[in-house]
Amino acid sequence: MARITAGVGTSHVPAIGAAIDLGKSAEPYWAPVFAGYDWSRAWEHEAKPDVVILVFNDHATSLMLEVVPTFDIGCADSYTPADEGWGARPVPVVEGHAEFAAHIAESLIIDEFDMTILNEMEVDHGMTVPLSLLFGSVERWPVRVVPVMVNVTQFPPPSGDRCYRLGEAIARAVASFPEDLNVQIWGTGGMSHQLQGPRAGLINREFDTAFLDRLADDPAALRKITHYEYLREAGSEGIELIMWLIMRGALGHDPVVRHRFYHVPASNTAVGHIVLEAA
Amino acid sequence: MSDSPRPGPGYDAADLADIPGTTIFTTASSRRAYQLHRFCMSLMKAENRAAFKADEGAYLDRFAMTPEQRQGVVDRDFNRLIGLGGNIYFLVKISNTDGWSVQRAVGTMAGMSGDDYAAMMVAGGRSPVGNRSIKGAH
Repeated sequence: MARITAGVGTSHVPAIGAAIDLGKSAEPYWAPVFAGYDWSRAWEHEAKPDVVILVFNDHATSLMLEVVPTFDIGCADSYTPADEGWGARPVPVVEGHAEFAAHIAESLIIDEFDMTILNEMEVDHGMTVPLSLLFGSVERWPVRVVPVMVNVTQFPPPSGDRCYRLGEAIARAVASFPEDLNVQIWGTGGMSHQLQGPRAGLINREFDTAFLDRLADDPAALRKITHYEYLREAGSEGIELIMWLIMRGALGHDPVVRHRFYHVPASNTAVGHIVLEAA
Repeated sequence: MSDSPRPGPGYDAADLADIPGTTIFTTASSRRAYQLHRFCMSLMKAENRAAFKADEGAYLDRFAMTPEQRQGVVDRDFNRLIGLGGNIYFLVKISNTDGWSVQRAVGTMAGMSGDDYAAMMVAGGRSPVGNRSIKGAH
């Protein structure tokens, strides 16, 4: 049967994608960011997941104008990288797993999570930057992807606790899929950042460090963080961190921290990254 | 059933309004900026970017945004556009079209030069100390 073997948390800053695509990753500004992922790329090479359930937010690319779903799941065969205003990133088309995605979608709805199902969508940096960070520059992504999207932009997003429980439900859905699949779940976005207004540039190292400290062993504390606390402490875009709690909820008890990284800045944002293996 | 902790609603409007220099993008904002955002999303096509660059006024005539929103676009005044309902994930498509980095676009809202903003980020970003509450509650 399918099993979740590991979880990854990572920021998905668009400038990281631009740095890769423009050949700037060895420059002094960017080299420390990419060095933080060296261990993880080697680890992924050994871990060889079949599927990544990739939790991210659409940044006004395929969603947010006509429709603003709270939770969506992609059930398509493939996902094309979007043109976000400077041309599409030169990265491979992302291969989906429509049968597995449909199973998860149905299981979640039966489990009382009212998912919106997307049969077609283009994907932005929220998906492609994490794939580049964890798999490097490749001709073909070495995994199939089930996208799970969360509205973290139009207030109110779901609570962090609701996200954690969605993760628990995803784990139940995966465990009931009969095919033998090595599945990872990635929670992306964050860490602290604010991209608007006179408070733009907010970074809260203390908040971010506490979040990383507690993620493996004390998620109950993180589940209690309110919208107001995220907005105040982590910035208006730092509330993306609720998506890490979907990943954490899917991992169950006592995951093992294999790698951890934190760096300020990448463009406007604090970069956080963690690799957790399921117990 | 899960034995999860169940927090309260997590916010009230007065708390959200008390965060300095921060505008919460709501359902009402989304409605108010719908035509502005339609324009922004149109810039995800190269031919539309070319048409906008060739004649900004004629291109903006295609969208029924308010005169204030239109002027905010012409002025690239992101703080004003956010005050008129806009959200940065839409607005950044304008600055992407202009060939600006996201950092340059965001930095314009902070009331600093691009160099000063970039230097602040390299030095660790804007501290939350003194930036949590207008009323001084935190």
